[in-house]
Amino acid sequence: MSETDARSYTVRLELVDEPGELLRALEPIADNGGNLLSIFHERGNLTPRGRIPVEVDLEATPGKFDDIVEALREAGVNVIQAGAERYSEELTVVIVGHLVETDLSDTLQRFQECGGASVADLSLSAPAGTGDVSSARLRLVASEGRSERALSTLRGVAAEKDLRVIEPLTEGSA
Amino acid sequence: MRLAVVGAGAVGASVVELAGEYDHEIVALADSSSAAVDDSGLDAASVLDRKRDSGRVGDADPADALEADYDVLVEATPTTLGDAEPGFSHLRRALERDRHVVLANKGPVAERYGEVRSLEADSRGSVLFEATVGGAIPVLSTIDDLNGQVTAARGILNGTANFILSRMAAEGLGYEHVLAEAQDLGVAEADPTFDVEGTDAALKCVILANVLYDDSYALEDADVEGIADLPGSALELAAEDGRTVRLIGEVADGAVRVGPRLVPETDPLSVSGTQNIVQLETSHAGRLNISGRGAGGPETASAVLADVGRLPPLE
Repeated sequence: MSETDARSYTVRLELVDEPGELLRALEPIADNGGNLLSIFHERGNLTPRGRIPVEVDLEATPGKFDDIVEALREAGVNVIQAGAERYSEELTVVIVGHLVETDLSDTLQRFQECGGASVADLSLSAPAGTGDVSSARLRLVASEGRSERALSTLRGVAAEKDLRVIEPLTEGSA
Repeated sequence: MRLAVVGAGAVGASVVELAGEYDHEIVALADSSSAAVDDSGLDAASVLDRKRDSGRVGDADPADALEADYDVLVEATPTTLGDAEPGFSHLRRALERDRHVVLANKGPVAERYGEVRSLEADSRGSVLFEATVGGAIPVLSTIDDLNGQVTAARGILNGTANFILSRMAAEGLGYEHVLAEAQDLGVAEADPTFDVEGTDAALKCVILANVLYDDSYALEDADVEGIADLPGSALELAAEDGRTVRLIGEVADGAVRVGPRLVPETDPLSVSGTQNIVQLETSHAGRLNISGRGAGGPETASAVLADVGRLPPLE
């Protein structure tokens, strides 16, 4: 896919419940060459900060999409999540070892910081207690083309903490 | 063809037993301490009876088998690491005599592939080794038939490791328990290191890499991780998500890698028990899956005898 091809993106915004707020949020999208596909205004729902979540589906080239996100932030609109959701890559891995003793939250945090991926889901199984070998299944969401980098970060952190990583088989992987 | 078989274990004995069905003749059989040589052809039943009763195949010296009047040397001694001896010397002697070699022993083509190919180039004989990868599964001949169109290969190439992983997943049992069970059933050896540490699968992948890339890979070029002491909790977590763990060997982008991987339960690669499977990626025909028995005397012998049938006549 070339840089000039438009793709679908989902942007999740937080709006203050005041008149004109929605229009203010949509203008930067149109002004920067984005094509609005749908707007889901969840009026009955509030974010933890008491604001209204709005989900906007739009089409734009990757370059213009970056401009849109920047323009939204400049306009003071809080962008919770922005990305080519439909093109993101999901992978599941199982890690095995002394997960708890080697600080699982540190493992996950370091992984998120430099892997270009986020941990969407975690299941821990420690049948012999947290002091023994346990296993965790992680569902990771990486942006497009970042899966390999995410895995390599995970391998690095795991090697340092003497954990085993059971990686998924990915298409064309080596 | 006239065959000399070196190595009288499960595979060598099965080659001797089945050769007649393929219209081949056995003129020599050697084990590690003895040999039987008869230019007019050995009687399979009597030589195997003798091996079973006395532990020896005949009164001759093992070296005599290598000098017998054969067309094809079937090398079926155990795979050894490092210098791949004595298999490599057996192969060299046969090629120097301008005879063909069919290998069931992985050592020479996993550890000294470049040397094997250069000895072959100087000989009127050829070397084939279908039996070294995936037992009865026609992997190398399929790759050969596809004329350079195979871009990558992956698969399950060790039945013992696969048996352990599939039993652990199916029964929710621990590694040690299932390993002991596999040993009782004769699926795992008393010393299972070679299988559970991934070495055996890695040797097969190294052979695949040598064939795919026409290069001299050896065991140290492979990134190898085994399945020993994998906790049952890892398999349970995988199962909750519709996946399972398999010891997968991969040859792609010039790299050889063996390790436990997550595979969807419905994936063709999720074969159970001692089954093996090889998946080939091709340039024009997508993905091919070939599965079957990856070990066993008659199974491996069938691959050896298929190779014998592929050999050109010696002038």
